[in-house]
Amino acid sequence: MRVLEKTAGTSPSQKFSRANRPPKLPVMAALALLPIAAFLASLALGRFGIPLPQLVKIIIYKILGLAQTWPDTLDKVLFNVRIPRILCGLMVGAALSTSGAAYQGVFKNPMVSPDILGASAGAGFGAAFAILNNFSSLGIQLTAFFFGLLAVAFTYFLSSAMSRGLNAVLILVLTGMVVQSLFSAFTSIIKYEADPNNKLPEITFWLMGGLTSTTQKEVMMMIIPFAIGMIPLFLLRWKINILSFGEEEAKGLGVDTGKMRIIIIISSTLLTSASIAISGMIGWVGLIIPHLTRLIVGPNYKTLLPASALMGATFLLLVDDVARTVFVTEIPLGILTAVLGAPFFLYLLFQGRSSWE
Amino acid sequence: MKLEICSAVCGYKNKTVINGISFSISSSEILCLLGPNGVGKTTLFKSILGFLKLQGGAIKADGEDISSWSRKKYAQSIGYVPQSHTPPFPFSVFDVVVMGRTAHLGTFSTPSKSDLNIAMDSLEALGITHLKDRIYTEISGGERQLVLISRALAQQPQILIMDEPTSNLDFGNQMLVLSQIKKLAAEKQIGVLMTTHFPDHAFLCSSRVALLRSGGFEIGTPEAIVTEKNLQEIYGVNVRITKTPNGSGGYVKSCVPIIS
Repeated sequence: MRVLEKTAGTSPSQKFSRANRPPKLPVMAALALLPIAAFLASLALGRFGIPLPQLVKIIIYKILGLAQTWPDTLDKVLFNVRIPRILCGLMVGAALSTSGAAYQGVFKNPMVSPDILGASAGAGFGAAFAILNNFSSLGIQLTAFFFGLLAVAFTYFLSSAMSRGLNAVLILVLTGMVVQSLFSAFTSIIKYEADPNNKLPEITFWLMGGLTSTTQKEVMMMIIPFAIGMIPLFLLRWKINILSFGEEEAKGLGVDTGKMRIIIIISSTLLTSASIAISGMIGWVGLIIPHLTRLIVGPNYKTLLPASALMGATFLLLVDDVARTVFVTEIPLGILTAVLGAPFFLYLLFQGRSSWE
Repeated sequence: MKLEICSAVCGYKNKTVINGISFSISSSEILCLLGPNGVGKTTLFKSILGFLKLQGGAIKADGEDISSWSRKKYAQSIGYVPQSHTPPFPFSVFDVVVMGRTAHLGTFSTPSKSDLNIAMDSLEALGITHLKDRIYTEISGGERQLVLISRALAQQPQILIMDEPTSNLDFGNQMLVLSQIKKLAAEKQIGVLMTTHFPDHAFLCSSRVALLRSGGFEIGTPEAIVTEKNLQEIYGVNVRITKTPNGSGGYVKSCVPIIS
């Protein structure tokens, strides 16, 4: 029973055991620098290139409140287009990854994400419905949130009613698929009803996912639900560890599971639906990023949650940079994340197979 | 602390499983609960732990009714060692043990330095500090059981409830777990209530034994309860109880089933 000295080599378990030790400060510090570096790089990038020295100069001048010495177009591009878009990218990335990580914990299931639970499809339907009916931006947010929550509730209750003693992981994923396709069908009805001259292209393009039309207005629209969703998750992140052990074990350890689960699911769904309301359907981020982060800092939510937010913010911003600079015409962000995410999910299926059976 | 179960009626919505049983557990005592499958041992445990609402009767800690206690207060007094299963994430053993501190943390807090020290002490108490950085999901069943006990110890409860702590373990690990339980009760003055499917284990470590069978409940010393007659009645097995010298002047009793 005594455990042998660790042998040399890099078996998967060893990779994990290294990751599992409380991450040393440099790892978190490096992760915290990532979004800052990505932010600065993204400022310079774009069809309207701004050389780095000039960028630094503009920032310093702005901070010191000195008079503008650069052209007006540059000022507009930077402050009305590029910075809002970058800020939204950071927030959407952080929101989707954090909610994905939190969902995985409360559903005790590393294979779930906002997309797989149906939250994205629900929120997408809600937002499409709101756009069709000319709701205000607040109205779009609230409708997206309501239907996102409804979809998660559907998935959760249907799967727990079905999975008694069966493979709960698989049933949850399958139920999520059903709910997802149901809400996608509802969205199709909205598209079918929409006026092909203005509403239909608007909804279709928005659904593909992207940050193309973000302005300062979208930043303001995102920032409040972002804070309302992020703060409770951050404060309760230790408890997510306990919830991942299951209902009775968590209760035995002193956690009010009912209350805690509801707060975490509502916060996560708010983050998901707020992202979808401004950026459309950007899939896969909430699945990939928590996984990658877990490989780097280990599964403890104390560090996993903030680290996922930082990684997700950086990831989405970089993908958006690719979307807006690499190709001649801009590619919708959701298409790019899907191209990256689908193979990653297959990889997880292969990896996780042993623990499913 | 003295935990009293007073004429408890336990069961699920429309089905009563246990009808009015009473007993108590005190500090330093090990109470073994024996009974055939499906007789309601788990239901009783769930009720004592507050996972199920009592249909009648009361559970009292030092005379105080605990039905209105918060989960947190519950966990500070009563620890629970479930049958081990694997969580979905590859937590380190140390992380798992630190989770035992949750009941002592504020709602928004994460474990402090002193919580980590307590967790380290719990690992030491069970002699498993070498497992600290291993992955909980990858260690053996016996090791995992010890980690769960160590987590419950970090919780610093006065009463520990253990659901078949020796199930799924090989012979060596069963004895290892039993001797650790015995040590905890003696050294940390924790009262232990545990279920087991092996009547021998009652002889090995318990101070008292409770026998639960459909329509009956008895409690007493191992000698009075674990008898050939009782075992024959509840398990339907022909059993002889023997005495073996333990090498230090005393005897240890054991059950020998006779299969025709």
